[in-house]
Amino acid sequence: MTPETSTLKPEPLAEVVIRFAGDSGDGMQLTGDRFTDVSAAFGNDLATLPNYPAEIRAPAGTIAGVSSFQVQISDHDILTPGDLPTVLVAMNPAALRANIDELAKGGTILVNSDAFDQRNLDKAGYQANPLEDGSLSAYRVIQVSMTSMTLEATKELGVKPRDAERSKNFFALGLISWLYTRPVEPTIAWIDQRFGNKELVRTANLAAFKAGYNFGDTAELWEHPYEIAPASLPPGQYRQITGNLATSLGLIAAGHLSKLPVTYASYPITPASDVLHELSRHKNFGVRTFQAEDEIAAIGVAIGAAFAGHLAVTGTSGPGVDLKSEAMGLAVSLELPLVILDVQRGGPSTGLPTKTEQADLLLAMYGRHGEAPMPIVAASTPSDCFDAAIEAARIALKYRTPVLLLTDGYLANGAEPWRLPAIDDLPDLTVEFATKPNHGDEYWPYLRDPETLARPWALPGTPGLMHRIGGIEKQDGTGNVNYDPHNHEKMVHLRAEKIARIARDIPPVEVDDPGGADLLVLGWGSTWGVAQQAVRQARANGRRVAHAHLVHLNPFPANLGEVLRAYPKVLVPEMNLGQLSRLVRAEYLVDAKSVTKVQGLPFRAAEIEAAIEEMI
Amino acid sequence: MADDTAVTFSRKDYQTDQEVRWCPGCGDYSILAAVQLLFAEIGLRPENQVFVSGIGCAARFPYYMETYGIHSIHGRAPAVATGVAIARPDLDVWVIGGDGDMLSIGGNHLIHALRRNVGVKIVMFNNQIYGLTKGQFSPTSETGKITKSSPFGSLDTPFNPVSVALGAEATFVARTHDMDRKHMMETLRRAYEHEGAAFVELYQNCNVFNDGAFETITAKDTRADMLIDLVHGAPIRFGADGEKGVILNEFGECEIVAVADVGEDRLLVHDEHRADPSLAFAISRLAHVPTMPTPVGVFRDVARPVYEEAVQIQLAAASERNGPGDLGALLASGSTWTVD
Repeated sequence: MTPETSTLKPEPLAEVVIRFAGDSGDGMQLTGDRFTDVSAAFGNDLATLPNYPAEIRAPAGTIAGVSSFQVQISDHDILTPGDLPTVLVAMNPAALRANIDELAKGGTILVNSDAFDQRNLDKAGYQANPLEDGSLSAYRVIQVSMTSMTLEATKELGVKPRDAERSKNFFALGLISWLYTRPVEPTIAWIDQRFGNKELVRTANLAAFKAGYNFGDTAELWEHPYEIAPASLPPGQYRQITGNLATSLGLIAAGHLSKLPVTYASYPITPASDVLHELSRHKNFGVRTFQAEDEIAAIGVAIGAAFAGHLAVTGTSGPGVDLKSEAMGLAVSLELPLVILDVQRGGPSTGLPTKTEQADLLLAMYGRHGEAPMPIVAASTPSDCFDAAIEAARIALKYRTPVLLLTDGYLANGAEPWRLPAIDDLPDLTVEFATKPNHGDEYWPYLRDPETLARPWALPGTPGLMHRIGGIEKQDGTGNVNYDPHNHEKMVHLRAEKIARIARDIPPVEVDDPGGADLLVLGWGSTWGVAQQAVRQARANGRRVAHAHLVHLNPFPANLGEVLRAYPKVLVPEMNLGQLSRLVRAEYLVDAKSVTKVQGLPFRAAEIEAAIEEMI
Repeated sequence: MADDTAVTFSRKDYQTDQEVRWCPGCGDYSILAAVQLLFAEIGLRPENQVFVSGIGCAARFPYYMETYGIHSIHGRAPAVATGVAIARPDLDVWVIGGDGDMLSIGGNHLIHALRRNVGVKIVMFNNQIYGLTKGQFSPTSETGKITKSSPFGSLDTPFNPVSVALGAEATFVARTHDMDRKHMMETLRRAYEHEGAAFVELYQNCNVFNDGAFETITAKDTRADMLIDLVHGAPIRFGADGEKGVILNEFGECEIVAVADVGEDRLLVHDEHRADPSLAFAISRLAHVPTMPTPVGVFRDVARPVYEEAVQIQLAAASERNGPGDLGALLASGSTWTVD
């Protein structure tokens, strides 16, 4: 049985921002994911913002236990999940209370009225029932008895009421699917496939979904449904993708492009674990995944695999980078290719494990003892994680250096449509290994390429090229242990120069300047979309603003100094206390100002726009 | 791998041009010689050997072996070696470290490499002292040891390294000492031949900071009474005339007895291949510190799937099941849509 097509003519909408909010046990992430997937396949542009607590099951019904998923879908190109939702789906009082302040005035609240009993109101800290006391008069409130209608829809199926109640998120999904004229077949097929081996759960979820959809069509809560037409995106084949998935695919692609087996060694840590999960599924690509006993072992294994000729990667989040830092210094000294993925989260210490932040930039830049320079590549959007991973691998392999690949919690879990690249358009990362002696009849492991300063890479097992490398200072060329003062100074400079020269090999920073701007917004990492959105809004208000975004944080693009000096005012939005602005001030002596946010949540465009207005 | 019998090797084929910088008289010299002689004897191709070490006096070992080598960071050699083994299961991977490197800062990596049964040969030089940092007590130093960092005596209870390895269910565990080249070579040969992780505790004299630590048991004139040679399939006995032996008491603990008192039939017969490590553990408890009769030789040698081989089997099975990886198909997996 497929729900009948609505008889009401839908009204077109350009975009909508919906936030699904409920208890951590209510399945809001799954509901949001489903809605997103269907909208992506429908052809909308979209961006998502999942937000959930670190606890697996925080106390039910409390504010601390609220989990939410925000998605913006549109019929045009969009850059962010939206500043403020216009529709809030609240499955209980706590979800309403935790999110109501962010709902746009005049927005729609769709509540599961069954959950608004005294017990849940108390847990959420409500003195009076907000559905009755008039406090929501600025919004359009739609009360739906989702729990009881779900129970009613499933009672014939033999599902225990307690289990049936768990299907109420599918009721909500059905209702919202009707409201925004989403095709139902993909969700039905998905439920069939996902719960195929749990017949009762499958039928209950299906019944709840259809009940929700049909309820929308018949209950006359709205005059008509809405429709967001497919966006006109550049031609091509698309899929929806999260940052962690894109990073994983990028690493597999880098293995393919370099013709090297990938070894990914990691210790489980939020929000990076999904990369380990994903890569462990693709052994037919020759990908070795290793779940280590700790963070240090993970990078140790990666270094060993790099020595033996693999494309070696270790992935973690900030606390893991702290632990790996000594071994990262070893990799700098060994001059072996290695990618270190840091999916940044709120810190310091355990901090906010499930929330986003960009506060590891200076750690990436300087977080090792001694002079230990390391290239840094940062992804800008969820799908850009694919390209960033390939770029990090390219630099690592070409320059025989560890490279830090920075993403963050927002990119990791956020999703957007991704236009699939043509494999032939991806860069060639082929590596040449040493095959014969390079100094008379000797092999010198530190005899450098005069152009890149990279050292040769000789694989164990190759006759005649036996060599020893280590963390002790070594003589340039031979690689022999060497404590000579001048040799050490030479090696420190060589290692720095090698990284500095990468600037010749990366694209110049591009500036989006419609002309006449005297303020430059300079961003890095996941602030790209929201900064661009803010710049567009400021321009719409007649402001002249330029925008530039950095993918390479070390070395900086060669033209960055020139670009910065061309603008009297530079504004750096970042989710830390001003780490990039500190770097560019130190490097280029420009008076860059910061706009910062450290709430574990991405910027809203309006926040950056306000900073632009203030500075202009 | 001794894969080429046509070529013969001598000790010098494994010597590097680097000056050996251990203190004169250090036990490490005799260990280095034993390893090089053993390699020549087996005929191991230098390019197929990889030595990985951490930090400490022992950890300089790779610089003196004309093979592939990484001198890594303190304690992490078993992890680095695991990476080499996963990437190149065809090579022989050796880990060299001291008691501080392996049991203090690197204790975690040691036990995990052993439990996984990664095919690395871990040789731990135990001198019961920190040498490179000039004489602090180590995790194998005896309680009460007076050192620079313990002027009133160390309060720590030492590890028994063989017990630790057996506790981690290592598939090969042995002990030897630097005063007996033949025993060293034989023990290291057994470690080399073992498929999977091998742990060898090697008593090594630090003549500068802990001279004579093992003299009570390793001196030529006392060995017969102080070293209990473990021989597979034979009753465990020692002493110049084999007059002493080992029995298992009613609590499952090993005890030293006079053979004349209990009769030969009561003696424990050593079995390296017992699947359960409990008996080997009981034997390892005979000597708490190496000043009393101490078992040496192979405690345990059992077969279990080797980690990096299991990795290869999973890779092959995945390719068999799903075909070789197709990047284009992977990128386009899940639901896709086309914009014209």
